[in-house]
Amino acid sequence: MQFMLLFSRQGKLRLQKWYVPLSDKEKKKITRELVQTVLARKPKMCSFLEWRDLKIVYKRYASLYFCCAIEDQDNELITLEIIHRYVELLDKYFGSVCELDIIFNFEKAYFILDEFLLGGEAQETSKKNVLKAIEQADLLQEDAKEAETPRSVLEEIGLT
Amino acid sequence: LQINPLTMRLQEMIRVIRSARTQGEERGIIQRECADIRSQFRQGDNGERSHSLAKLLYVHMLGYPAHFGQMECVRLIASPRYSEKRIGYLGAMMLLDEKQDASLLITNSIKNDLSHSSQYVQSLALCTLACMGSAEMCRDLAPEIERLLRASHSYIKKKATLCAVHIIRKVPELAELFTPSARTLLSEKNHGVLHGAVVLITELCERNPDTLVQFRKAVPELVQIMKGLVTSSYSPEHNVAGISDPFLQVRILRLLRILGHNNDTASDAMNDLLAQVATNTDSSKTAGSAVLYETVLTIMDINSESGLRVLAVNILGRFLLNNDRNIRYISMTSLQKIVQTDHNAVQRHRGTIVDCLKDQDTSVKRRALELSLALVSAVNIRSMMKELLIFLSVCPPELRSQTASGIFNAAERYSPSKRWHIDTILHVLTTAGGDVRDETVPNLIQLITTASELHCYTVHKLYRALIKDIAQQSLVQVACWCIGEYGDLLLKGECEEIEPVQVTEDDILDALETVLQSHMSSPATRGFALTATMKLSTRITDNVDRIRSIVSIYGSCIDLELQQRAVEYNALFKKYDHMRAAVLERMPVMDKNSPGHTNGDTSGEIKEPDTSKPKPVEAGLLSEPASQKHCCVYVHVVPTVSVYEKNGLSLKIQCDKQTETEVTVTLIASNSTQNDITNFTLQAAVPKVCTHSVFKLGSVFAHTNSRYSFQQPY
Repeated sequence: MQFMLLFSRQGKLRLQKWYVPLSDKEKKKITRELVQTVLARKPKMCSFLEWRDLKIVYKRYASLYFCCAIEDQDNELITLEIIHRYVELLDKYFGSVCELDIIFNFEKAYFILDEFLLGGEAQETSKKNVLKAIEQADLLQEDAKEAETPRSVLEEIGLT
Repeated sequence: LQINPLTMRLQEMIRVIRSARTQGEERGIIQRECADIRSQFRQGDNGERSHSLAKLLYVHMLGYPAHFGQMECVRLIASPRYSEKRIGYLGAMMLLDEKQDASLLITNSIKNDLSHSSQYVQSLALCTLACMGSAEMCRDLAPEIERLLRASHSYIKKKATLCAVHIIRKVPELAELFTPSARTLLSEKNHGVLHGAVVLITELCERNPDTLVQFRKAVPELVQIMKGLVTSSYSPEHNVAGISDPFLQVRILRLLRILGHNNDTASDAMNDLLAQVATNTDSSKTAGSAVLYETVLTIMDINSESGLRVLAVNILGRFLLNNDRNIRYISMTSLQKIVQTDHNAVQRHRGTIVDCLKDQDTSVKRRALELSLALVSAVNIRSMMKELLIFLSVCPPELRSQTASGIFNAAERYSPSKRWHIDTILHVLTTAGGDVRDETVPNLIQLITTASELHCYTVHKLYRALIKDIAQQSLVQVACWCIGEYGDLLLKGECEEIEPVQVTEDDILDALETVLQSHMSSPATRGFALTATMKLSTRITDNVDRIRSIVSIYGSCIDLELQQRAVEYNALFKKYDHMRAAVLERMPVMDKNSPGHTNGDTSGEIKEPDTSKPKPVEAGLLSEPASQKHCCVYVHVVPTVSVYEKNGLSLKIQCDKQTETEVTVTLIASNSTQNDITNFTLQAAVPKVCTHSVFKLGSVFAHTNSRYSFQQPY
């Protein structure tokens, strides 16, 4: 996979994961043009299109478009499954995920994606394992924070 | 989800930004927040840095500059706190790419974190390296990755494997480093590791043919793994719509494809498995279809048995009938790949493919068009052309040009008759004349000249089309040319192949004048019309004066091209009237490669060659090549010219045929006196321009009533 974009029906970017090195300017240009192209498509059209020299696979879930650019030899249908798996992971994590969850917790959306895909390829094909790893990492984050929070002397000796 | 007071501040900022009613208001808020973030960064370690960076990353996603956060990412990555590392690495992946100098600064942190005691910290480092690691970073850290590949447990191993894939993509020479470990990874039970291993081996084999040979030995092992997945009992952990780990299955099939390609032994070893997968996979959901799709691609790309190939094509045929448009699209993409090699098998599905021309989705239509064109053959040309012409009249504008070209190519190759060919081209010009390539006009003209038995039919058809509508320029141009050439056939009032028209000379001249005067006509089209009008001066008898006046009027036309023609034609009437008949004579059959036919390659622009304007005759057998500067190539028509008339002896030179490199002429000598002419000697001379030409003498025919014989020259 070369990149994945999540954007709303109004064309607002909610997540962008790039697996190829491009300048900020190029990324913006690609994003702008591709978003326009995908938003112009009608509901019943197929999920695949050829754009520039890339294969694009996209799917709409409620108000969000999930859009991936894949290589020539990549399987379009399995990419649809990858997108679906990511949505399932988000759904399980946030509990009935909606766009607002991804807006207000965007860094979490990235963390989840980074436990599912690595360098543009699927690293874990078991839903359970991805969610377990995220859970553990979150705990580690909380533990670390707790360890850092300065406690009063009374707290230290357990009197409050 | 634990809500932390500091997280609230991030979410609060997001809320505030979203509440902005205008772009300007948003920009103001962002500016304030960025100033705040900057000061936070300056304060150093205060427990708030990770939240400030998170805010900055949000701002960055909205499209605002965030480069001042790059160094903060570097600092946070180096922090001992997991929460700070986590956001620091995320920041690095979003703000630093290999082109930034700052990215090198994190190499050391990554190196340290790769050996961290916590696997979640190791994970962050691996993920970041695999996402944005530059070639230099990859070179630096490759040995670490290789170690992790071998030693760690599956959580890290699967990530290290994919990291190795990234490294190889960046630094291909490092492939050697990972090749030994890659093979052993295949015996792992963990699906994540297995998946990564297959991806890694695929990458290694694609880059190095020797490695590929080595890994062919792994085919039996891969087949076993696949068999396990396909026949295994329900495993909830990896099940997707009844398929066990479709992600892994697809990657294994892809690897098998590479290993089996062009190799009988490997192909044989996987034959049974492929048949099994092809037959048993449930394709009612996408997951199953994805596996079937990859299976078909593999079957078609290795040395499979013919039975297996037929099975694969049938799967594609079934896909064509699937309700899911995505599946239909995929099917046609695959059929396109094999239409040359497995032509007959694909032909069986021609009907369904042609039906897909009617699909709502333009991408599907495009696929169906390409496939349909590839399936046209001498056997089905008539029925296919019917469908294609219907498609041309209703297809979306972006496909018209491709359709028109495709139709022309098909007609060129498989026309059952010349008349059908001409009709087809005319049909396309009527429907989509604006979308055809420029060479269509001279191509059609050339075709028409070769079909001499159809001249009457053709000019009738074109005349009728012309009086109906003069908007389609290419059609009008061809029509004008034909009328100019064969107008006399229109006036005859009789025709075998088609109902003749009853027209007068004025009617025909009216039609041409309408084209000349219409604002719809392009300058090129008007040129055609003017020349056609001029040519008619030798084909009609009553109205030559009308032509004279038209030509004279256009002598002062603003359009330079038209003016020039008109002036020359005027001259033809006035000073060179004796040559007019010869100059405007019927064109000889044009060879496809003759100069007037093709567009000049010498100049970059493509414009129509001007086949309508004959160059005025000059002395000498060969006329000079026209200047290419104007991108128009003139036909060097050498008409029949009378070169000697004296004392009853007349000599005529008639051009029979000309190509780019040679001219064939006939010298016709006739004796109109009562007496014999003796000592008739023919000497041929060529101008200095042609010193390198070869002069060949053909046969001599004598028609004589004389007692004396005609001696054959040597």
